[in-house]
Amino acid sequence: MFGKLTIEALPLYSAIAAGGAAVTVGGALLVAIVLTWLKAWKYLWTDWLTSVDHKRIGIMYIVLALIMLLRGFVDAIMMRAQQAMALNAGGYLPPEHFDQIFSSHGTIMIFFMAMPFMTGLINLIMPLQIGTRDVAFPWLNAVSLWLSAAGAGLVMVSLVIGKFSTAGWTGYPPYSGIEYNPGVGVDYWIWAILISGVGSTMSGINFVVTILKRRAPGMTLMRMTPFTWTALCASVLMAFAFPAITVACGLLALDRLAGMHFFTNAHGGNMMNYANLFWIWGHPEVYILILPAFGIFSEVVATFSRKRLFGYESLVYATAAIAILSFTVWLHHFFTMGSSANVNAFFGVTTMIIAVPTGVKVFNWLLTMYRGRIDFHPSMMWSIGFIVTFVIGGMTGVLLAIPPADFLMHNTTFLVAHFHNMIIPGVLFGYLAGYMFWFPKAFGFELNRGWGLASFWCWLIGFYLAFMPLYLLGLKGMPRRMETYNDPTWQPYLMVAALGAVVVLCGIASMVMQLYVSIRDRKLTADRTGDPFDGRTLEWSTSSPPPPYNFAVIPTVGDREPFLEAKKNGTAYRRPASYAPIRIPSNTPAGVILGGFAFVLGFAIVWHIWWLVIVSAIVMFITVIARSSDDNAEFTLSAGEVKRMEDERFRELGGRA
Amino acid sequence: MSVAHMSEHEREEAETREQRALGFWLYLMGDAVIFALLFATYAIMIPGTAGGPTGKDLFDLNNAALETVLLLVSSTTFGFASLSVRTGNRSAVIGWLAVTFLLGAGFVFLEVREFAGMIAKGAGPDRSGFLSAFFTLVGTHGVHVTMGLLWILILSAQVMLKGLTAPVASRLYRLGLFWHFLDIAWVGIFSIVYLPGLL
Repeated sequence: MFGKLTIEALPLYSAIAAGGAAVTVGGALLVAIVLTWLKAWKYLWTDWLTSVDHKRIGIMYIVLALIMLLRGFVDAIMMRAQQAMALNAGGYLPPEHFDQIFSSHGTIMIFFMAMPFMTGLINLIMPLQIGTRDVAFPWLNAVSLWLSAAGAGLVMVSLVIGKFSTAGWTGYPPYSGIEYNPGVGVDYWIWAILISGVGSTMSGINFVVTILKRRAPGMTLMRMTPFTWTALCASVLMAFAFPAITVACGLLALDRLAGMHFFTNAHGGNMMNYANLFWIWGHPEVYILILPAFGIFSEVVATFSRKRLFGYESLVYATAAIAILSFTVWLHHFFTMGSSANVNAFFGVTTMIIAVPTGVKVFNWLLTMYRGRIDFHPSMMWSIGFIVTFVIGGMTGVLLAIPPADFLMHNTTFLVAHFHNMIIPGVLFGYLAGYMFWFPKAFGFELNRGWGLASFWCWLIGFYLAFMPLYLLGLKGMPRRMETYNDPTWQPYLMVAALGAVVVLCGIASMVMQLYVSIRDRKLTADRTGDPFDGRTLEWSTSSPPPPYNFAVIPTVGDREPFLEAKKNGTAYRRPASYAPIRIPSNTPAGVILGGFAFVLGFAIVWHIWWLVIVSAIVMFITVIARSSDDNAEFTLSAGEVKRMEDERFRELGGRA
Repeated sequence: MSVAHMSEHEREEAETREQRALGFWLYLMGDAVIFALLFATYAIMIPGTAGGPTGKDLFDLNNAALETVLLLVSSTTFGFASLSVRTGNRSAVIGWLAVTFLLGAGFVFLEVREFAGMIAKGAGPDRSGFLSAFFTLVGTHGVHVTMGLLWILILSAQVMLKGLTAPVASRLYRLGLFWHFLDIAWVGIFSIVYLPGLL
């Protein structure tokens, strides 16, 4: 009846694991109680969970990302604490628990923090920037969101029922195979990734079609904003790289469930093929995450320097070049696997080449700032902090691109420091810059600047404290993922790194405070114009938050910075002569139903509850058929209704119009 | 109908269908990546027989050739269904879809029989890495064909209930892309799995 699931699955094996489970369950209960107390369930269901509006879906993605950021950070600080105290001793975490923590940290931060954050920002802003009313496939968009949430749910539930993988976020076989890992941990990892990966593939397709087919009249490709360009390139990568991780994890699942021999030691298996398949996705993934962040930096730097972006075309070509080259470097993740010197040399060279277009972009941003009148808004600070820090990470990357050097540093904390040095400033700082930049667009009031700056400085200083020591430890030969060690010269560095994690904690606390203070003072900082930063592109021409239809009249574009141009010409807030009715996709529970049953499906496979697998698959199938046979999934907003909403907007604008 | 005569609403609908076609092409290209990686995995696992049977011992060229004929002819009959959509001949559409379904079902039957025979001989997917790769590559294609069969049934029902409306015709167009794509994938399987396995 319940497959492998018994009462033994509860995490009563250690006080810390039980505590983690209690916090997870308690947190979920607390949210449920607050929602009930506020009588918000109905509102939540009708206005948010069933919504197919790209802006709401974007916001829900970002909420998911921020929650998972907290969880992933708890993992991080637990690891830093363990390593700081584990000299010649066991520390406070047993080895198997420590292994679960580093596995879930990586999995969460990549798949369930960075991916939803990126997808959320693109959802929220890209359709506004290209002047359209929604993405090409609004319902599919909701399905993508709920599949991502289902994957995140599986990782979270593994805290409470059973254990998570101990095989690291990359899940290399044969260790992740059934022979060495017979528990449910690896299965949780596989199904969380497979389910959310389907969502990411569909998001990629959705964004590509939206950008290629739904731009406002006059917006040629070379008039798109840098963020839209990077979103396009990242989406192409999502559509074509995510199938590779589906294959890698799918074959691993077949090995584990059906006794196949793709990656086993014996019976003709080939575990090196897994490393190839995984990184054929894994390297483009780095650029899927980082390109949109580059786009955000480009928007932020231009806006807060009060200058046009320097070298727009070179930035576009650099983005496209990176997208193509990102498929040619994957082998640098396993130079030590034993490929011939020529193969390693090829991938070493392509890896160095990909640094060139990235360098081009650094000059784009620097020269945009040069002689600009810079406003040091928190978003701008994230951008400046990024440029300085990212260049250091890039240098260590070029060092690692040299195969003989990589042989010495492979699997050490030098590598750990390198990729955190790319992803924290390159990805996370970018998304946080975007979060603080576009927050007023999404909610109609600004985020507090002081707490934003406090958060930035804590993150920046905390980052250097946490990761510079790891470079040195790596050079001294410390392997990554050590639960305990016996070299006393390492401990001082690890203590500094732990201190860095505490400083980052202050940064996260500042973000929470910023949110609290900003919501408390929302009346004071309300943004009535929709354009708090003297914006340059179309998203700032709408109200904040934008109406459900985004634009009452689809704008016609004649410039790369159409809104700035319109403000100069005095045509920015001109009232149209008349309004036309607008058709809007209706809300549907189909997305959240599919996500919910995808979660049940994953859970049932993990625990081998086969009848439940069949039931949830059938429900999902019927939901898809029913929804996709529906020919009238839209409703019409009458011209009078549009006029009423627009009149209100112009009243708020007051003198500007 | 020329663009000039379209109402705003009709123009939006036409754009939506065009977007769906592009989206579906992108999905097919993603699916092609999946097949490409499964082909590559199969190619490197051919030597991984672990002392078990090889392709030469297991494959039957007659069976594979018959499967090929069924699937290629089904692509042609689907083509006739698509032509009938253009002329608006509802019963012809249903008739050609029915023929396509039967040919596709015949293909799936032959494949299942081949798989069952191999498993009965002790050459199942858990016997060796080579067989894992064979069953997964060919089986993934077979699952796609089965999904296509279900899709044919659903759209036949829609044609019967709703007629050849614009949304139904656009769904038939995408199903056609899917069905022809599976043909191409099968040609790859025939040329990379069965022919070299036997020659």
